[in-house]
Parts: sequence; structure tokens; C-alpha cells
Amino acid sequence: MMTSAAPVHTPADLADALALRAAHPAAWLLAGGTDIMVYLEAHAIDPPAFIDLWGLPELRGVDSRGDHIRVGACADYTTLIDDPAVRAHLPPLVEAARTVGARQIQNRGTIGGNIANASPAGDTMPVLLALDAVLELQSAARGLRAVPLADFYTGYKRTVMAPDELIAAVRIPKPAKADRLHFRKVGTRLAQSISKVVLGGRLRLDGDTVTEARLGWGSVAATPVRSPKAEAALVGQALSPSTIEAAVAALDGDITPIDDVRSTAGYRVRVAGRILRSWLESLRG
Amino acid sequence: MAGAGTTPDDPYIGRGFVRADGPAKVTGAALYVDDVRPRGCLYGATVRSPVARGRLKGLRRDPDFDWTDVVIATAADVPGENVIALMTDDQPVLAHDELRHVTEPVALVAAPTRDRALAAARHVEVLYEALEPLFDPLKAADNPIRIFGDDNIFSRLEMVHGDGLDGMAQAEAAGARLVRGSYAVGLQEQLYIEPQGMIAQPREDGGLTIFGSMQCPYYIVKALKRVLGHDRLNVVQAVTGGGFGGKEEYPSMVAAHAAVLALKTGRPIKLIYRRDEDLQATTKRHPAFMTYTTAVDPASGRILAADVDLLFDGGAYNTLSPVVLSRAILHALGPYAVPHARLNARMVATHTPPNGAFRGFGAPQVMFAAERHLDRVARAMGFDPVALRRTNLYRDGDVTPSGQRLFDVASLEVLDRALAAAEAPLPPSMVATRPGGGQAAGRRKAGRGLAIAWHGCGFTGNGEAALAGEADVSIDGHHVLIHTASTDIGQGTDSIFPAIVADVLGVDVQRVHNAPHDTADVPDSGPTVASRTAMVVGRVVEQAAHSLLDALRAEAQWPGAEDADFDTLLERRPSDAPLRVRARYEDAGAEWDPETYRGDAYPTYGWSCVVVDVEVDTDTGEVLYRRLVQATDVGKALNPVLAAGQLEGGALQGLGYATSEAVVLDDRGAMRNNRLTNYIIPTALDAPPMETILVEYPFAGGPFGAKGIGEIPHDVPAPAVAAAIEDATGAVLDRLPMTPEAVLDALEARETPAETPGAAR
Repeated sequence: MMTSAAPVHTPADLADALALRAAHPAAWLLAGGTDIMVYLEAHAIDPPAFIDLWGLPELRGVDSRGDHIRVGACADYTTLIDDPAVRAHLPPLVEAARTVGARQIQNRGTIGGNIANASPAGDTMPVLLALDAVLELQSAARGLRAVPLADFYTGYKRTVMAPDELIAAVRIPKPAKADRLHFRKVGTRLAQSISKVVLGGRLRLDGDTVTEARLGWGSVAATPVRSPKAEAALVGQALSPSTIEAAVAALDGDITPIDDVRSTAGYRVRVAGRILRSWLESLRG
Repeated sequence: MAGAGTTPDDPYIGRGFVRADGPAKVTGAALYVDDVRPRGCLYGATVRSPVARGRLKGLRRDPDFDWTDVVIATAADVPGENVIALMTDDQPVLAHDELRHVTEPVALVAAPTRDRALAAARHVEVLYEALEPLFDPLKAADNPIRIFGDDNIFSRLEMVHGDGLDGMAQAEAAGARLVRGSYAVGLQEQLYIEPQGMIAQPREDGGLTIFGSMQCPYYIVKALKRVLGHDRLNVVQAVTGGGFGGKEEYPSMVAAHAAVLALKTGRPIKLIYRRDEDLQATTKRHPAFMTYTTAVDPASGRILAADVDLLFDGGAYNTLSPVVLSRAILHALGPYAVPHARLNARMVATHTPPNGAFRGFGAPQVMFAAERHLDRVARAMGFDPVALRRTNLYRDGDVTPSGQRLFDVASLEVLDRALAAAEAPLPPSMVATRPGGGQAAGRRKAGRGLAIAWHGCGFTGNGEAALAGEADVSIDGHHVLIHTASTDIGQGTDSIFPAIVADVLGVDVQRVHNAPHDTADVPDSGPTVASRTAMVVGRVVEQAAHSLLDALRAEAQWPGAEDADFDTLLERRPSDAPLRVRARYEDAGAEWDPETYRGDAYPTYGWSCVVVDVEVDTDTGEVLYRRLVQATDVGKALNPVLAAGQLEGGALQGLGYATSEAVVLDDRGAMRNNRLTNYIIPTALDAPPMETILVEYPFAGGPFGAKGIGEIPHDVPAPAVAAAIEDATGAVLDRLPMTPEAVLDALEARETPAETPGAAR
């Protein structure tokens, strides 16, 4: 039974939404509802009110702007999968969007909702971390501020977002032509699957040498995380077997997975290392 | 003019005629129990035990909750006996003394809305004194913590075949090699898409009508007679969204609860389980621990003797467990002729939710062990696994452990046809592009595995003779009605029976219908279980149709009536008087001794060979299904489309059993992953292309030669997958489910340098 007696505020435009957000700081923002409906069914939440962002065109577009792509927070996964600029520049994001739920969920679920829900198992965040994505947080009182996704999460299901803010958009820098991109979701099955481990990767190579490394992870810590020690083990090194082993070994210091109903900490640690090793080895050609 | 029993030029049987239930289900017109709301209906909810074991001390209502429109019922409100009548009388309708498993029903609430009922149930606290529970089935027998009887053993079976263990000793002395292995399987959830649900509606005569989701209307009649203390009740099946055994015995519990509330309130009660509640509270497939020792001739590969020990976990109450154990021991050696064997089987009690009926009913557990054991023999002694199977498969004239001589054995044909199909390239129409979930292809290893099943169709031994199931056929104007208690739970009963009757009468199938499955009208044709409906009841229905023709001819007073066709007889009936005829199951003279387990264990057997192609991701232990071929003896495909659908659906359920369907219990024995999001059944994307070959070795006792096919497809996909994983990687897995975590452990065990690669194929 997905019932809630809470009122649903339907703003006319973004300014209206920000005003409602300021006036009702305890209200939940509702976009596609793909997480909220599940929480309601499980009696996991009891919000006093909802603010429905789904109908706001200001939050929906995907724009390719010079060196980055700006994705409206309420862009759904199907939009990402179909968008020519996203397909051209951000193929791992397309891959990630394709693994979210199934078609019905992809038609409703939004990138902003995925980020704001702050689940450590979210499918898009590891890729967005690897791509150095920046969030546009907006409020009526303070206007717009830019927060790197890497700085957004402060703890399990906790973020730096203020009670009067909402995520307006995600700015994703276009990777360099030479960047090697990767997405790997280890889930429970091929659709309708919550992840056990997710890896989003971006590696810049100058000849044989790694000049930049970004590794974003899901389901291996209380929040989506990067792995700075493993990244550091790669940067400035030739992508040799010993470098790869050093990065895999360093990863242990970056991630803190737990046992839960989907898998075990031990499996996640081993699999994270194995899928990282396999990707890096594949880059050696 | 058509004569007696002739069929139209183009009979329905053998063709892919349209499902009778299809249009209503596709358009949403079909009424499931939750679509129905009787006038004045209240909603029920269940208060459940929070502990595995405890002494019930009472209930406490939250004083801050508004109880004005809520009614609470406890064991004291059960009008008759507080027992769910099944094999034994150990399970209460509502706990009244000792709590024996987490989620055990303790009290019921009724309220004007479902939300109010659910909220009220959450505000009733069960007060108890905690007692130490017993969870480990391996320590259950004779444990000082008592659950059932004086030894915690629900049932025990022993079979000796040939010279039993003496045969083993003789074989060993003659040079046979002993191979021993242990195998284990876990719980599996039936996961019908529609949760359990019932409506109990008071009747004017003080009785009740029960309407709901079920497989077996007469089980509920039997159970509720005791609960109510009278028999003023009728049970009507609603359109039912799947059962798989999960709606064989458990609906009696839901119906009893709805009935207790309806009697207490005098109002109709609707009781629908939430999904999370259904997963935690209702029956599952029995876990099993199985040890096999076989003596094998090193030259020929013949299995000369076997010693088998089976331990099944029944949970806290007996339910149908003794019958599950019976089917398990009778199938335990797989489809292989073994001259000497001893088989021991025990069903033990633990403080976990009771396990019960599930498609296959004990057979999938033991056939996983039997097939894995054959692969162990092949590995240990250097035999080719397929050749080893071919050597030992039953052939015509072979004798089973119960002493039944087999004829028309399709074992070799299903093996050969499945192998031939699997050797051919995948048909182009089946080659799909797969999104693949982002997997890198680099670390995958491909493999192929094979397994073979036999499955006894219908009840064990003299079960059908004892039941003597009945079916009626009647005239309704221009139409013909079939009256049975055999429900359509998605498998096609409402399509198959009319086609059988239409062909016997030589009429359009659109004129023949299954009457509503209402026990006020239909005779007891038996439960919809055990691969018996099409084969056993279908035959009774066929005979009833013949009886209808006979009755029409008997009442006809005109010359030539004995050769007239159905429509002519109908047109020239002397009166409009109702005409309804009954047929009863005719025993073919099977001999069975339930004391010694000797004799004809089943009327006939189906045979099936499954070949599975997999890719194993060696980074993660994920198993990706690439192809599944099955060749299955169905006797006669009454409707080849429905038959293939049964076999493919069953095989997919078997793949879930193999690798993804893990039931995770907490420290109270409650299912932790009780959501569709984390109890992992395969999706369409996980399903491989399937090729299904229908082999037809007709059974003279079935309608048009048909055998039961409901269960056999679930029997051996899992061991075929295990063999395929071994073929791909060398990793040996002898426990189900073979989750990625388990496969990765097995792969890492192989990665130690002492191991040598190379797999049996």
C-alpha cells in the first residue's frame, strides 16, 4: 500500500519551487518517485509534505556547452540514454543509466534523484565521480553554488545540501579524447538489480604513463566514494603489472564495505580489486 | 455422421489453441481476490510472533492507538478446533501456548480499511517469555529442545533395494570403487506474483463462503470443517496469479484466519498478504543435506550399489513434509538403474517457518545431489560424464528401487535429442543482443553442462486410487460445462480440459468451459498438484465426456441415435431436463505397499535432459546464461505452446534455484531479503534463449497419452548449471544456490598453484 496523507505541492516554475523549498524545509522533493514510492510502501518514511519537481522544464534539459555537458536534475535515465551529446561524450553514463532498474524505472528515475537519494549503491554516482561532475545547488536565499560531487556526501545518506536547497543540474566535464573510460556494475542480476559493487573509471595516459586517474565506487562504503590511494598509486607511473598490483593493493585502504542482505564485505573487497585489475590490464592492450 | 468419441477433422489436442483465460488477463477484466470487495467488507491483518521460540504470555494493545473500530481475534475465538488439518494436527490456526517460529500467527485484527488494519496489527505487542530455539537441522534429531514428538523427526523412511548394503560390500570386494560425496541445497521461495489472499463471507445459513487465491479448494474445505466445527461452507477459487505449490496447503491458514474474523465480526473479511509478509511467513522449498556413496565398476562405469542418506528440514510444523520426503527418497537415485541400494531419509523439525509444497516436491533437491554425484564419479574415475550417464540410464525392463519395472523409457531419446540440438548452432532468430549490465567480456569462460531427470507423474503409490477423483460434465443450453476442483493457476487447466471435451464431443472449443471451481458445485477431483491435473483428472474428464455422449444416446428414443453426433443428439433431446454425468478415476491396478515402499511408486514417469551453456565471469563469480536446451518426454503434448511454456518457465525457475535465489535468514529465522528487490529471481534479461523439444512416449492412462509435465522442468537445470560451471572453470560446486559469492570462493580455491586445470565435459 503506497499511501501517504501528506500534501503534494506542485510549483509552477523553478522560482516557485525554491520558495516552497524554503517555506517547507522538512518536505521531501519528489521527482520520478522511484525511491520514495518504495520507502512509502515499506513505511520507511513519513514526510509532512512533498514538493513535486517532475513538471518543471527548467530542471529537465540536457545541454552540451563547450567543455561540459549540463544535465538538468530531473533528466530521466531514458533521456540520458537517448541524448546524442551524452552518447558521444559520456558513454559510461549511458551504460550506467541502462543498468538502472528496467525500462519503466528508467522512464521515471532522474539523475538528480539518484544523487540526492544518496544511496551508496546508486548506479550513476561512480561514473559521475570519475568524470569530476559538479552539482549546481540552488536556493531562493543564496542563489546558485557549485559543489563537486566528490564533496557532496558527508556520511551515510547525508549530504551538504541545505534544507532550502535543491539540485538544479549536474555539470559534467567532457573527457579528453585520450581519456579511457569505464563502467562496471556487479549486480544481483541483469535487470531490476541493486549493485554489489560499481566502478566508474577514467584514466588519462601519456604514452604508457598515467597522468590522471579517477576511480569512483559504489556499494563499497557508506557513500559513493573515490579511491585516492589507488588513484595515487597509478598517477605518474607506467601502467605496468606492478603498478596495477600496487593500485589494487592500495584500494584496500580506500574502501570500507559491509556485509548486507545483498552480499558480503569480503566479496566486495575481492571483486573491487579484481574488476579494477581487469580493467587496467585491458588498457595495457 | 460422426460416431461415438470421434473428433473433428482438425482436433484441438496437439495444436496450439488459444488459452481460455488469456483475453481476460490481458485486458485486466480477470478478477483476482484483491479486485473484489464485498459490501460491508472489513480488512484483516495478522499479528505474528517476533521470536523463533517463546512461551506466549499475552497481547498488549498500545494505549495510544485508537482502537474504536478495530476487532481483535485470538485463539480463543476459534469456534472449532485450533488446528490446520493436514498430515498431522500439530499446527494451530493461532498460537495459544508455545511460539514455534518467527512470523507464526498469534492474533488477527479487522478494521474498516486496510491501512487501519495494518496499523492496528503493528500496535499489538506479543508478550512472551523467550526460550532457546533450535535452528540447525543437523542437530535436530533427538535434541533435548523438543519441537515435534519425542525426537524432532516428522517422518523417517528407509528403502532397501536388491541386497542393500550387502550389495555394496560384494561390489567392493569384487573391485568396484567407492565414491562418496555430500551435497546441500537451501530454501527456495515459490514467488507466485499474486500474494496470498482470501475473502470470507458469512452466508445466510450461518456458514461461510471462502473466495480466494488457491490451488486446492477441497484442502480448505477439509481444514475449515475442523476450524468451524461444521461443514456449512463452500470454497470458490478466484483467478489465481501463480502457485507453484505455495498455494497448495498455505491458503488453508489464510482462509481459516479470514473465517475466524468473519465469524467474530459478522462481516465479510478480506485478508491479503503484503509481499514482505508473504515472503517471511509462508512456506518454502525444504533445505536438504544429502550424502551419497556409490560402488562403481572401474571398467564399465556401471553403478553397482548405492547408499544414500537424506536429511530434510521441515521447519516448525509438519505440513506436507512426509509426502515431500516420500517423493525425495523415491527419486533419490536419479534416472539410473542401480541393482543394490539402501536409502535412508529423515524429515526433522527446527524453529523456522514451516517448509512445504513447491514444484518438484522433494525431487529437485535429490536430483541435484544425484547428478552432482554422477559428475563426481566421472571426475574421480576418469569417465566422460555423458558416457557415464548413458551407461547407467534406465532402459525398458529395468527395475526401480521400489521394485517397479519400467517400460516405454524415454531416457536415451531425451539425451540424444537434447545433445543433437545443443550441438547445432543457435538458431539465428534466438541470437539476441544483450545490454549485459556493463560487464567486461575479457574475464569470461564458457562452459556446457548436462543433467537428466525422471519424474513420477501423479500421486505416489495408491494415492490416486485412495482419492478416486471425480469430474462432472453437464449440458448448459448449447454449451458444455466441466465441473472439477482442478484449478487453473496459470498452467492452463481452463484451456486443456475444454479442449479434451471438445475433441471427444466433436464441437467447437468455444462451447466448452470449466465451471467456476466452487465446492458447492464441483466434485472433489483432488488437489492441483503433483503433475496430476492434465494426466489424471484430464483422463477422468475425458471419460466424463464419453459418459455424456452415452447418456444422450440412452435418452434418445429414435433410430440411429447410437451413431448420431453430439449436436444432433442435443437438438433432438426429448426434454430440456438438466443433464449432468460423473466419471471417477479408474485404478489401473497399481500395486503399492506403503509400509515397505515396494511396488509401483507412480503410474508413469516423465524423462528430461537439460543442456545449459554458461559464461562464468572469473572476476566476480557471476554466471551468465547463454543457452538452454531441453528435451522432455510429455507423453502427448495436449497443447504444444502451453507445454513448452510450462517447460521453459520451469527451467527458468530452476536457473534461479541454481544461482540467484538465496533466502537469507536473520538470527530469529526470519527472511531478511523479503522483497522482490533482494530475493533474486531471474528476469527476462537473465533468461537464455531456450530450445524445447517435446518428446512423446504416450501413457495409456492419460488423456490422448498425456503425462504430467508441471514439475519435471524444475528438476535438473541446477545440476546442469553446476556441471557447466565446472566445465568452464574447473570449479566444483556441490551446494545450492551457487551465488556469485560461492562461485568466486570456488574459483579462488582453484587459483592455488597446486590445482591443475581441465574440466570434465
